[in-house]
Amino acid sequence: MIWSKYSAPQAFYPLAGRLIPWFATVAVILMVVGLYMGFFVAPTDFQQGESYRIIFVHVPAAWMSMFLYVVMAVWAGVGMGLNARLSFMMAQAIAPTGAMFTFLALLTGAMWGKPTWGAWWVWDARLTSELILLFQYAGVMLLRTSIDDLRRADRSSAVFALVGVVNVPIIYYSVQWWNTLHQGASVSMATGSKMAATMLMAMLIMTIAFWMYSIAVILARVRCVMVERESLSTWDEKAAAMPQAVEAR
Amino acid sequence: MQWGSASEFFAMGGYGLYVWTSFIATALCMVWEVMALWRRRVAARAEQRAALLGGTDETAA
Amino acid sequence: MSDSSMWVSISGIIRRDLLLAMRRWSDAAMSVFFLVIVVSLFPLGVGPEPAVLRTIAPGVLWVAALLTCLLSLARVFTPDYLDGVLEQMVLVPQPLSLLVLGKVLAHWVISGLPVVLLSPLLGLQFGLEGEALGVLVLSLLLGTPTLSMIGAIGAALVLGVRGSGLLVALLVLPLYVPVLIFGAGAVTSSMAGIGGEANLSLLGACLVLSLFLAPWATAAALRIALE
Repeated sequence: MIWSKYSAPQAFYPLAGRLIPWFATVAVILMVVGLYMGFFVAPTDFQQGESYRIIFVHVPAAWMSMFLYVVMAVWAGVGMGLNARLSFMMAQAIAPTGAMFTFLALLTGAMWGKPTWGAWWVWDARLTSELILLFQYAGVMLLRTSIDDLRRADRSSAVFALVGVVNVPIIYYSVQWWNTLHQGASVSMATGSKMAATMLMAMLIMTIAFWMYSIAVILARVRCVMVERESLSTWDEKAAAMPQAVEAR
Repeated sequence: MQWGSASEFFAMGGYGLYVWTSFIATALCMVWEVMALWRRRVAARAEQRAALLGGTDETAA
Repeated sequence: MSDSSMWVSISGIIRRDLLLAMRRWSDAAMSVFFLVIVVSLFPLGVGPEPAVLRTIAPGVLWVAALLTCLLSLARVFTPDYLDGVLEQMVLVPQPLSLLVLGKVLAHWVISGLPVVLLSPLLGLQFGLEGEALGVLVLSLLLGTPTLSMIGAIGAALVLGVRGSGLLVALLVLPLYVPVLIFGAGAVTSSMAGIGGEANLSLLGACLVLSLFLAPWATAAALRIALE
């Protein structure tokens, strides 16, 4: 079975190396197409004017931040269930990219909110859950770096990542509930009733571009993690991963 | 195409500051992430090379 | 395992932890004083305007309760970890999650219950009265066990880790957000005349959810820490 073949880090390492250029190329092409559509094809929004164009980075960043957290938690869960090293490495590799997209979603959200709502920040459900998500990414990463023992670091951050998966939807719905109670800040993030088809298209293309970018970056990071973790232990003579080292000798 | 001139494009109907801050910040983050990964990879491989060649390399390098 | 022996093992743990806590009563007294001091700082910082104080009261009291629980988390597992009792607990035939449940309940009695009992007094300081005061006590009664449950997960994860005091705050506080929202929301809505029932039942739901999930996650975290 192909999965079991590549679930060993030694086999996954070269596979990931071969895949990275493809994902990176697709990401760059889609970003160029998406930006072109977003800036030159999509019409001006009749309510928000040109400021709405921020959604072409905001929405993909927000989607990726949530999606990557779930993917990280799934890898963490698989790692706990099957005791698979590769799964923990993937979880470790996903966290920084997810945190970056969460930060970008918050920043671009503020940039979009200021002209649209007149405030950099409102305590609405989506912004609040993004903020808590950022804290959880920070928690996962800091817990990992604080624990020296690699096995414990992997498993502890996996447990926290899994607990966090339960937390984010609860927060989303609780803040929504809370806002209906407080009436005042009842802002809707809905970007108008109907978006032009080209707007939606550009947003979708940018989302797929960010997705492909994430895969490329995460694969590159997981390769770094593998080299950092295993260079001294199991790969001693596996020079296949490092032909130059032998040549340099 | 809705832009009469380059300056109109950069002004973004008066929202230029917000729009361009968002896009440039996103681009900078991505570029920074790729560069940080590149450096990390170089460092990890250097360490691995040192380990493969076994201790003696340190004086040579 | 039969129900009665489950109960015996839980109550045994609770009795033991309470006995130990009574010998070290100053620990519990410290968290009570911490709560009172934190709550008293707010009027001094915000100003004595009664209307303002009444508005911020639910949030202030709930955040203070949250911080009090957070500060006492290190006492849940660390003493047993240091003298090796925890390792024995992992090895005994009873399920570890049950023993964890016992320890968490004991933690609640020591650090959560005093907060609940003291809250009407603190509420009066902020000009809460009548129904709102009752809802405050009820919300804390339903919410603080959840805080102990969730906190135990964090306490188990950082067991024996350097810088664990700050780390546990970073891990646990985001998880406390729903409880804070529902707890403070119950008091606020009862003050607004809507009644706090909806928020209180959501707090109850959080408690049930954490009763099912948290001991299990805590036991997993403890096993990882003790490997």
